Amino acid sequence: MSFVNGLKCRECGREFPAEPLNVCDFCFGPLEVVYDYATISEVISRDRITQGPLSIWRYQDLLPASGEDPVDIMAGFTPLMKARNLGERLGLRNLYIKNDSVNPSFSFKDRVVSVASTKAVEFGFDTLACASTGNLACSVAAHSARAGIRSYVFIPWDLETGKIIGAAVYGPTLVSVEGTYDEVNRLCSELADNYPWAFVNINMRPYYAEGSKTLGYEVAEQLGWRLPDHVVIPSASGAMFTKIWKGFNELACLGLLEGVDASSFGPDQNTVHHPAVTTKMHMAQAEGCSPIVSAWANGQAHVIPVRPNTVAKSLAIGNPADGIYAIRVLNESQGTANSVPESEVVEGIKLLAETEGIFTETAGGVTVSALKTLAESGAIKPDELTVVYITGNGLKTMEAVESVVNPLSIKPTISSFEGALSERIAVGG
Amino acid sequence: MGKQRVKFTFLDDLVKQPVIYRLGHSFQIVTNIRRADVREEMGWVVLELDGDESEIKRGLDWVSAIGVRVDPVSGDVVEG
Repeated sequence: MSFVNGLKCRECGREFPAEPLNVCDFCFGPLEVVYDYATISEVISRDRITQGPLSIWRYQDLLPASGEDPVDIMAGFTPLMKARNLGERLGLRNLYIKNDSVNPSFSFKDRVVSVASTKAVEFGFDTLACASTGNLACSVAAHSARAGIRSYVFIPWDLETGKIIGAAVYGPTLVSVEGTYDEVNRLCSELADNYPWAFVNINMRPYYAEGSKTLGYEVAEQLGWRLPDHVVIPSASGAMFTKIWKGFNELACLGLLEGVDASSFGPDQNTVHHPAVTTKMHMAQAEGCSPIVSAWANGQAHVIPVRPNTVAKSLAIGNPADGIYAIRVLNESQGTANSVPESEVVEGIKLLAETEGIFTETAGGVTVSALKTLAESGAIKPDELTVVYITGNGLKTMEAVESVVNPLSIKPTISSFEGALSERIAVGG
Repeated sequence: MGKQRVKFTFLDDLVKQPVIYRLGHSFQIVTNIRRADVREEMGWVVLELDGDESEIKRGLDWVSAIGVRVDPVSGDVVEG
């Protein structure tokens, strides 16, 4: 069972039943899930969590869908590994990588889509849908295959072949939209009003977004029910960033963290800040699409939309729905927002691959480059416990790092091999 | 007839222009503001438009053409 009381507008506070809604009828503000934390606190415990499945559904009590028969392709419970080599390179002795690139469809989107698709089936939908430039498309197609329901995946017409295949293999109806980014955006918003489908990030968005909280829960659990001093997180809409923070605070308020007393959630569950949660939240965006960073840096109360122009396509959201809420988290946690030059994105990918053996996509390159800047500037001290979130797999964006391919070309003889090797060594390769 | 929920974002001098007034007078569209924040350097307005679909499209094309950014109220829905 789930412990959901309903939905609540984040702007005007009006309450709604737990239905497939994402916008307040009155002020058109976004809706958030409201939980019955009093009952959750009676049933939840660390033991109950650790006895659960090795997926996000071990945290079922804190998710807005029933975990009795979830649409589960085993998303989550991904490795948290100590990054000794990368840490040594950056002067950080207590650095960990949350490697979410090893999810079943190779990105963190499996977390949110598993929750959204489970909720969609609960509501009786027989069709999942999304608009995506890659990771979300793959995850929606994979989960609909698992659930045995139809899916419609809308993609921009100029999407790279590798990403199209990564979604198409699961058998969705792929719709290639000929138009500008804004036209695709507007079309999909209108489709959600006109078709009885579960658009995972539109009419299912309140439930979908909650799946990202598990990125916070898992890190805490894997650190022995402690929170890190710093986290570095890539950001597009700002939703994952705010939900990881919410996850940390839920664990604190429920008394699940080591040495932390439970406390009330107060009048607004979605903005609660337990004083024991002192993690500094650092955001990473690519320079070619950094509207949240710009607003934070300029002290603006609102995010000015931009037209994305970045190699990090999975972060290319020019009008981030959760931007102002992410700024609130940045300020509350005393974190920082970091814009990474486009030229450093690939450097970040290569640095992670060469030091830790993890091949991440461009979003991960942005995150690692931001981490490097934070370490060099002293914002993160050498012994502080730091977790960097790697949320997508490099196989999705191979074209970004094509320049690394520079093989020794030889004849099938030992002499040819040794000659070519000598030449390479002579030029420092 | 149809309804559409949109967010207009105004930058620079457009903040001072009576865009929504002109939208309601130049096109057969009823405008209904639900939430807004207008400051010196920028402003945004969340509103509902009521009218024929073709007229709403013509109106939104005009709003975009004069430099106002038009988005769905739920932000960008195309995700990575």
